[in-house]
Amino acid sequence: MDIFLILAESARSAVGPVAAIYALAAIGLNMHFGYAGLLNFGQVGFMLVGAYGVGISVAVFELPLLVGFLVGLACAVVLALLLGVPTLRLRADYLSITTIAAAEVLRLVYRAGFAEPLTNGVYGLQNLSTEFREWNLALGLFDPAGRYGFGSFSFSGSHMWLMTVTWGLVALMAALTWALIHSPWGRVVKGIREDEDAVRSLGKNVFAYKMQALVLGGLIGALAGCMMAVHQGAIAPDQFKPQVTFFLWVILLLGGAGRVLGPIVGSMVFWFLMNFTDKVLRGLGSEGYLPFLSGPDFGAIQLAFVGALLVLLIVFRPQGLIGDRKEMLINVK
Amino acid sequence: MSSDEVNGSAVGAAVDRMAGAVPEPGSAKRDPILVADGVKRSFGGLTAVDVEHLEVQRGTITALIGPNGAGKSTLFNLLTGFDRVDGGEWSFEGRGINGRRGHQVARAGMVRTFQLTKALTRMTVLDNMLLGAPGQTGERMAGAFLRPVWGRQEKVNTEKALELLERFKLIDKRRDMAGALSGGQRKLLEMARALMTDPSMIMLDEPMAGVNPALVQSLLHHITSLRDEGKTVLFVEHDMDVIMGISDWIVVLAQGQVIAEGRPSDIRSNQQVIDAYLGAQDVEGEDQGSGDE
Repeated sequence: MDIFLILAESARSAVGPVAAIYALAAIGLNMHFGYAGLLNFGQVGFMLVGAYGVGISVAVFELPLLVGFLVGLACAVVLALLLGVPTLRLRADYLSITTIAAAEVLRLVYRAGFAEPLTNGVYGLQNLSTEFREWNLALGLFDPAGRYGFGSFSFSGSHMWLMTVTWGLVALMAALTWALIHSPWGRVVKGIREDEDAVRSLGKNVFAYKMQALVLGGLIGALAGCMMAVHQGAIAPDQFKPQVTFFLWVILLLGGAGRVLGPIVGSMVFWFLMNFTDKVLRGLGSEGYLPFLSGPDFGAIQLAFVGALLVLLIVFRPQGLIGDRKEMLINVK
Repeated sequence: MSSDEVNGSAVGAAVDRMAGAVPEPGSAKRDPILVADGVKRSFGGLTAVDVEHLEVQRGTITALIGPNGAGKSTLFNLLTGFDRVDGGEWSFEGRGINGRRGHQVARAGMVRTFQLTKALTRMTVLDNMLLGAPGQTGERMAGAFLRPVWGRQEKVNTEKALELLERFKLIDKRRDMAGALSGGQRKLLEMARALMTDPSMIMLDEPMAGVNPALVQSLLHHITSLRDEGKTVLFVEHDMDVIMGISDWIVVLAQGQVIAEGRPSDIRSNQQVIDAYLGAQDVEGEDQGSGDE
């Protein structure tokens, strides 16, 4: 077991495409929960419609990739409206129940037999990233066959291209969030998080603001789904299980909800920890230190271990890594 | 008692403000800002509010009193669009506003506060205030990106907010989180924030509840100065000293209905009111208050 190799690989996953995609989806969730106080437990549903927007447009209808992105984003708007119209006037918990159910229903519908002509059922859709790779070649940015970085901490050219675009989108969405939150619009939205009746009594249309936040956060989630389709080149419905949403929540709370950079820090640390604990456990196992564990046990133990770390974090640093403790304490009162 | 001076001046001046109003339920006012007819709300089999006719005179302080469960807060919620009526109509400044939602009523110029104070705790005092300002371009999603446009409005609004904070003696707290304020200070903040909307009528739901006695005088002073600026105040309150002291007109609710209306002097001697308070389930400190006067 080479600890430096493990550290290098964990660092790779902290800045890799998956961390970027999760950061993007968590930025959307931060808009929902961190700023507007909307309890969305179905962010994976937005990722799913985004990914399948790309998948169905590109693989089934052979449309350009950008059209696929637009279709995915349009689906997210529709989904947000469908979720929001009946629930946003009600108490916060109705939205959370509805979102968790809707995301799971979406997954089941997309994998169902009757949807197969469009979604190819459980097998999913393939060959989604050809055009994306061509953009790289057309721009001449990264050599697909080359390695970038040093030693074990390096990426292939196609990963570099993907990371550039995805982290670029992360930066763009973080900037967008920053601009919105530091405007009077953000003030109203944060006020709604604190007490929507108070904001209503000052003449603000609370429902409209909640809907705007829900749509915007959903769009960012769908964008993450689009990038996931592009990254993997293939998508299948069972990648969009509720567990993805819970990873996103962990990322958000880990980094700090209600902070522009919270989801980004959270995603990087989360994926670092996930890889680090996994590699260390397997390394120890392969050297015979853990004779009582066999193959599949490592995954379970590793998740439990990360879970325990997160519990410790919530206990000792409830505001997240970069959260504002002052705000958090007031909230507890 | 320290409330006596407030008491004397207010009662003396009240005579002009309510000129021509007959002290009886549903009496007509010279220049009503709010007129309600047949406002009804029941919860299951219980009729919480059933007000036949109610007028509120412009530029006065009108108190809404009644035993616990009389429907005062429910009536407040109905009139301000925070609850839905079963029936009835009401108009504000001559325009029908029944069926309007809470934010629309507030925009029409009738702004309310809450019994349980709603300071936005994780925001600064100044941000709380700025939230009250109406017509902000930056509050629209697209407008949020036009910093030069809303920056100017923000400057004007900030000046106005600071003036109000100065008046309500919260100026030193402007950068603090609202959650760090005391109960009384939160009441002051809520009132100041409501004034940011430029209301013509302000509805205060138990403004004195849970306020340190030392702050009560200052709150009373703020309420009377609102009226002196020409705003109409309608408030729900339990403390009889306070009510008798500053109200120009008192409306008594019992079991959802208006059982009496009048100047403080009329109410004090009204047998029905005494019965409602003493005869009903409610035998708390508030009724003795009126006896002491």
